[in-house]
Amino acid sequence: MSAVLTAARRGVHQVAEQHILGADQLGNLIEAIARKGYQVVGPTLRDGAIVYYEIQSVKDLPQGWTDEQRPGNYRLKGRDDEAFFGYAVGPQSWKKYTHPAQVRLWSAERKDSTFRILNNEEKPETPRAFLGARACELAAIAVQDRVLLEDRYRDPIYDRHRRGAFIVAVQCTQAAATCFCVSMGTGPQVSGGFDLVLTELLDSKGHRFLVAAGTARGAEILCELKVIPATEEDHRDAAARVEAAARQQVRSIDTTGIQELLYENFEHPRWDNVAARCLTCANCTMVCPTCFCTSIEEVSDISGNHAERWRHWDSCFTQSFSYIHGGSVRTSAKARYRQWMTHKLASWIDQFGTSGCVGCGRCITWCPVGIDITEEVRAMREGEKCGNP
Amino acid sequence: MPVITEFDPMLPQPFLVREVSKETPDTFTLRLDPEDMTTGSAFQPGQFSMLWSFGVGELPISISGDPALHDCLVYTVRSVGQATHSLVNQKVGSSVGVRGPFGVGWPVETARGRDVIVIAGGIGLAPLRPVIYKVLQNRKDYGRLVIIYGGRSPRDLLYRKELAKWAHSPETQVLVTVDYGGLSWRGHVGVVPSLLKYSRLDSARSVAMVCGPEIMMRFVIRELEGQGLSRDDIYLSMERNMKCAVGFCGHCQYGPHFICKDGPVFRCEQVRPLLEKYEL
Amino acid sequence: METLERIIADHPFFAGLDGGFTNLMVSCASNVQFKAGTYIFKEGDAANSFFLIREGKVALELFPSQHKPIIVSTIGIGEILGWSWLFEPFQWKFNARAADNVRAIALDGKCLRTKCEENHDLGYEVLKRFARIIEQRLDATRLQLVDVYAVRR
Repeated sequence: MSAVLTAARRGVHQVAEQHILGADQLGNLIEAIARKGYQVVGPTLRDGAIVYYEIQSVKDLPQGWTDEQRPGNYRLKGRDDEAFFGYAVGPQSWKKYTHPAQVRLWSAERKDSTFRILNNEEKPETPRAFLGARACELAAIAVQDRVLLEDRYRDPIYDRHRRGAFIVAVQCTQAAATCFCVSMGTGPQVSGGFDLVLTELLDSKGHRFLVAAGTARGAEILCELKVIPATEEDHRDAAARVEAAARQQVRSIDTTGIQELLYENFEHPRWDNVAARCLTCANCTMVCPTCFCTSIEEVSDISGNHAERWRHWDSCFTQSFSYIHGGSVRTSAKARYRQWMTHKLASWIDQFGTSGCVGCGRCITWCPVGIDITEEVRAMREGEKCGNP
Repeated sequence: MPVITEFDPMLPQPFLVREVSKETPDTFTLRLDPEDMTTGSAFQPGQFSMLWSFGVGELPISISGDPALHDCLVYTVRSVGQATHSLVNQKVGSSVGVRGPFGVGWPVETARGRDVIVIAGGIGLAPLRPVIYKVLQNRKDYGRLVIIYGGRSPRDLLYRKELAKWAHSPETQVLVTVDYGGLSWRGHVGVVPSLLKYSRLDSARSVAMVCGPEIMMRFVIRELEGQGLSRDDIYLSMERNMKCAVGFCGHCQYGPHFICKDGPVFRCEQVRPLLEKYEL
Repeated sequence: METLERIIADHPFFAGLDGGFTNLMVSCASNVQFKAGTYIFKEGDAANSFFLIREGKVALELFPSQHKPIIVSTIGIGEILGWSWLFEPFQWKFNARAADNVRAIALDGKCLRTKCEENHDLGYEVLKRFARIIEQRLDATRLQLVDVYAVRR
């Protein structure tokens, strides 16, 4: 743990590059980014949760709100201060934009006895700015980059939405009870992959942000804002807040030998234990920021002369996910839960060189029966036989 | 030599159905010619294409034709559901969408200079036929060719005329068996693994390529290992649900492997521990 | 409560074995139980024992890649389960699942293999008995395969 804290202190950049932005200037930051042609999206309060939506001004942010998260439980509560980012992550992740839930891949028309693919030119889209990306989310974006851009083939849809996205990272100054990014090595300190990074400071010295640019275009935005250089003390205050978030985490996964643990325990009785609880509702895969599975649907009109191919999110928890002629391979809930967890924590490493899990804790919060992936790993390690959940 | 354009792996290219021939009551072989002559038809034995029937659906089908022919693609399709039914009922002159070829194929290069043992069950002979073509057309580059094939009954066997022809090729042995012989069958009756003993395998010189139902493959592998073949010299073709064929949809995962890009052909050594994991 | 000696001495499978060999069997035997639904052994596992079923039914299964497993045969009360312990590579080729709650006597195949190698008379007696079981099962399997219920055209 202390090695992590030392890293947190070293975390963001040298003092010379850091600035202080008054909290009252946050709106100007949003406007400066919008002026450059970006559609700003970020956390908003809708339907009792903090979800990503268009941000026109600071008024759209859930200022003064915080979240309480537990397995199978998510509640919003008013804060006793006016922090803009005083909460952890909500049910959505940036894959909502980079890897959209429903996409039309192409359409085709029948002509005589042959067919033609239509509408295949890439439409220019308004680039987006992601406001409030946390360290675990930046790690998740990097994980999906590896899967969808850097393997044998490149996904042009992900490429289009991801490339050019302006990223304003926010360092967490508090953790939810379901967070475990420290043990996954992905946070709470932000270490790269952003255009700008903010750390919110709210104390007797005032409400302000420590801000630094990570790219030239981030620096360009900073130039348009009223900022003053940060002091050593500002830098220490920010690092202390991030450290506090790290120390607040109560959950963890011990990833030592995790591949052997899962590969060699294919028949561990713990799988039966979790299968008895798992509803195979697929919530975990929907909220997980790295899950990327999709399915293809063919749609045609009544005449049969016009067809479209659509891609939509899919989940390995569905019965039909593993269907081959005659039946599905993974029919039991046990097999499907085991597939998800083994892929996420172990096979992913063989496939892409990193874990698929970034420790954001969403799967724990949003599981209707409160299955906790960190607890499942622990139980398996301790060789529990049919233990109580 | 036609120029092969860069294909977009996401877009089906229109191919014309030139010929549909019936192999068995439920299995047909389609010959497809590219409509645009600059579209390539080169493939490695063991690779597959995604075949699209307009407005119905798309499926992975192994290429079963001659890899030396670059002007057409041949597929043997078994009608088991809506999409395959649509494919086998295509009229000559209609169009089918083709994406691909995809996947890792059979080790026809590393098998040079060695005996090639092809072991197939049912429709499994289709992805292996390109290997047979390759070996017979480059006879001096390979040692013995042994073809071991089994099906449910005589009328369910694929490529019967070719099997008879292949049996007369130099240094080639063809062994065929069925589960049910019926009244006029004079050949072996029994399971594929039991034919191996007639093949006079030289385990040190042999490379085995196996394709068929998983249960059959497990028993064949045991028999091959019993005859002294190493797991590095046994190859098998695996099958799982496939939607995209380019490693993005996640459906075809088999343990840590994506069948669409790490397979469908695997060295036995790579997948041996997975074969007996059920609901993997 | 019947003792192992009694059960083994009375069982038809061991009938005709001289006293010394019967004692040997007993020394390699133990009582075992399997709850319904659990696996007695699985395809690929090392085969080092065989079982005399005393209560319940065992399903011999093969697993295709999809669906549930296919039951190829069931082994009932008084029958012997398992002969792969006798032949290289001493590996089970099928799954054996307890279809009911099963009580059985397990015999240590690994130990018996060694003893059979040392004493060929014992070996012959063991192989004679297993050959009979294998013959019976093969005949039955052929009969199953013939699909007597099919409509022949």
